[in-house]
Amino acid sequence: MKKIDFLMAGVGGQGTILASNILAEVGLELGYDVKKAEVHGMAQRGGTVESHVRWGEKVYAPMAELGDVDYLIGFEMLEAGRWPAWLRKDAVVVVNRYRIPPPTVNLGKAKYPKEEEIDSLLKNAASKVLWVNGTDAAKEVGNPATIGVVLLGALSTLLGGDENVWLSVVERMVPPKFLEMNKNAFYAGRKLA
Amino acid sequence: MKKLMTGNEAFAYGAYLSGVRVGAAYPGTPSTEIMDNFSRYPGVFAEWSPNEKVALDVAIGSAYAGTRALACMKHVGLNVAADSLFYAVYTGLKGGLVIVCADDPGMHSSQNEQDNRNYARFAKLPMLEPSDSEEAKQYVGIALEMSEMFDTPVLVRTVTRLSHSSTPVEMSDEGPPQPPEEPSFYERNPQKFVMVPANARHRHPVIEEKILKLGKYSDQTPINRIEPGDDNIGIIAAGATYQYAREVFPNATFLKLGMVYPLPDELIREFASRVKTVVIIEELDPFFEEHIRLMGIEVKGKDVFPLIGEFSPALIRKCCVDAGLIEASVAPEAAAASSAAAAALPIRPPILCPGCGHRGLFTVLREAGVLVLGDIGCYTLGYAPPLSAMHTTGCMGASIGVAHGIAKAGVKDQIVSVLGDSTFFHSGIHPLINVLYNESDVTTIITDNSVTAMTGHQQHPGTGITLQGKTTKKTDIETLVRSIGYDKLDVVDPYDMDKLADVLQDHLKSGKPSVIIAKRACVLHTKERKTPPVIDTEECTNCGTCLDLGCSPLVQEEDYVTIDPINCNGCGLCVQVCPAEAIKQEA
Repeated sequence: MKKIDFLMAGVGGQGTILASNILAEVGLELGYDVKKAEVHGMAQRGGTVESHVRWGEKVYAPMAELGDVDYLIGFEMLEAGRWPAWLRKDAVVVVNRYRIPPPTVNLGKAKYPKEEEIDSLLKNAASKVLWVNGTDAAKEVGNPATIGVVLLGALSTLLGGDENVWLSVVERMVPPKFLEMNKNAFYAGRKLA
Repeated sequence: MKKLMTGNEAFAYGAYLSGVRVGAAYPGTPSTEIMDNFSRYPGVFAEWSPNEKVALDVAIGSAYAGTRALACMKHVGLNVAADSLFYAVYTGLKGGLVIVCADDPGMHSSQNEQDNRNYARFAKLPMLEPSDSEEAKQYVGIALEMSEMFDTPVLVRTVTRLSHSSTPVEMSDEGPPQPPEEPSFYERNPQKFVMVPANARHRHPVIEEKILKLGKYSDQTPINRIEPGDDNIGIIAAGATYQYAREVFPNATFLKLGMVYPLPDELIREFASRVKTVVIIEELDPFFEEHIRLMGIEVKGKDVFPLIGEFSPALIRKCCVDAGLIEASVAPEAAAASSAAAAALPIRPPILCPGCGHRGLFTVLREAGVLVLGDIGCYTLGYAPPLSAMHTTGCMGASIGVAHGIAKAGVKDQIVSVLGDSTFFHSGIHPLINVLYNESDVTTIITDNSVTAMTGHQQHPGTGITLQGKTTKKTDIETLVRSIGYDKLDVVDPYDMDKLADVLQDHLKSGKPSVIIAKRACVLHTKERKTPPVIDTEECTNCGTCLDLGCSPLVQEEDYVTIDPINCNGCGLCVQVCPAEAIKQEA
């Protein structure tokens, strides 16, 4: 059983934590030892959020190591750009083409990097960088807050295997009244990859 | 069956399985979710106390009465509760008492990174430290047994990484635990429980003897164990750090410590004589290292690893490579190059949420140019640019006392102290009384969002709802403040910035001690949301005034500002400040 380390990066309020919870449960369903770590600072909205999910035969630390992450899922462009040093050479990156400028940018103290800059940072480190319009897809299924499940859909295509494992976990973890929308978000995401 | 649980969920589950009947806590990251989760189990009583000292006294009382009890707090919360911790060690208890206390190495959400292992030595009681969620569940039970066996409270230490990481936990298949028996009467034993000096003098030798016995227990307990492997390097580690170290040294011989005070001297000697080099990997203070060096054992420790900050497998690996203990696995130049490129990206510091009432308050305070003595809560973010309207923050409840002291020092600044509703109940009432008693003209602003917001929306005495969802007597802040003797008091909605600015000036000019309650419920808690305003890009002069609110949905484009409707809460503060009247909101 080959280990797989995932890193999810986003901005507080984007649903990074729920998505990483789902991803961890999928790993457990698939028979892996699983650990998950998340860092969210003191802000409930608007700060950097990173979440590590590790699948493996036996996992010790809940967070991955530099140069050893297999999949990076960026919920926001700038946040995706922070992690090249953490990626394996054969890593795959999914970036949601969506930007939330931090206050430093709005106050003119820093420049939000161009898409090409982030792309080249990541391409230098990883073997494949997939840009998706995930937030648009989430809006189409009815709520931009489903972005996490859209991105998981894309990830499930990249990983291969039985999509029903993912859907059963989504079913377990999402409130019933939002289930239909989240299933649609998952399918929309699957088509993006 | 295994279930993924955070460390905090597992502590709560362990307490429930071990028959804990009473739990008390004050919320504090990263400890909050322990009591939150515990409160949902059947047959238990759980409360949010006004502060950690009250919580610990409550738990001590229940344990005095013969019930198993749990108190939880973050590391600095134990400073607040320290007085109670020390007397409880002297008196001992009847039922088991476990105190789960969460350190925050790296200061993800704290004002310091004190290492609370020192409290175990300082107050003279045992401390356990689990390394994953499964152990978190088990150690609560072990701590309770130890507490009852040795007649002492037991500390269980966690860190942010353990509390907030999820790892598999074996679920009990025995069904719900036997409901613990309710004690019928309190067993009165004043010689043991009244700590007048005459009694306390008899207790101190008992405590010293107990610590020696606990040291022997530490040698015997299976939670301290040698894990045999390659004896060239022998690692001593505990807690979350043990897991990081295992990641880097999967095959080394380990001394895994589950009981971190008192330390197992015999086991340490056996371990040291077995391995070639002893390496101690511990976050923060050299707590193990100082003890083990005093035993005359040569070790590598803080000469290899930092005293400061949170550890990770990556950090441990780097330190060990630098010290020549292992070979590098990633080419260091490659890692450094891509780290440097990423480090050049704009940072994203935490900011107030869109729709937060505090934003109106701090905008008014900034414009007034007053000296602001702050406190601990979401509103501490009023310090950050562009609001930049807070000039001190130390610990819970410090704002008002510091303001009073600055006033007494005789500075000419206009002075306000700012603290939140939950912080006010925690430790703001005494200093507020002091301002009246000892006569300064400090204006205190209680920024009341009607919930303990920063830790994730917990109830408090001002909400009228208990942790377990019961409606209860609500302590009204305004009535309380008036009853202390404040006759100058106003309640203002911080969304109404013009009015708030007027009230502030009125209070500052009055020369009297006064209180302003800036009242606006947390929008994340109420889930209140209005239609986002729209910026007329033709009328926008790109002056940047709205951006000075520091509100993330306001986005600087090339020649104008726009509002991201996904993130906007529709509070309308930007509509109020726009000098060009270019921001329009439907009524």
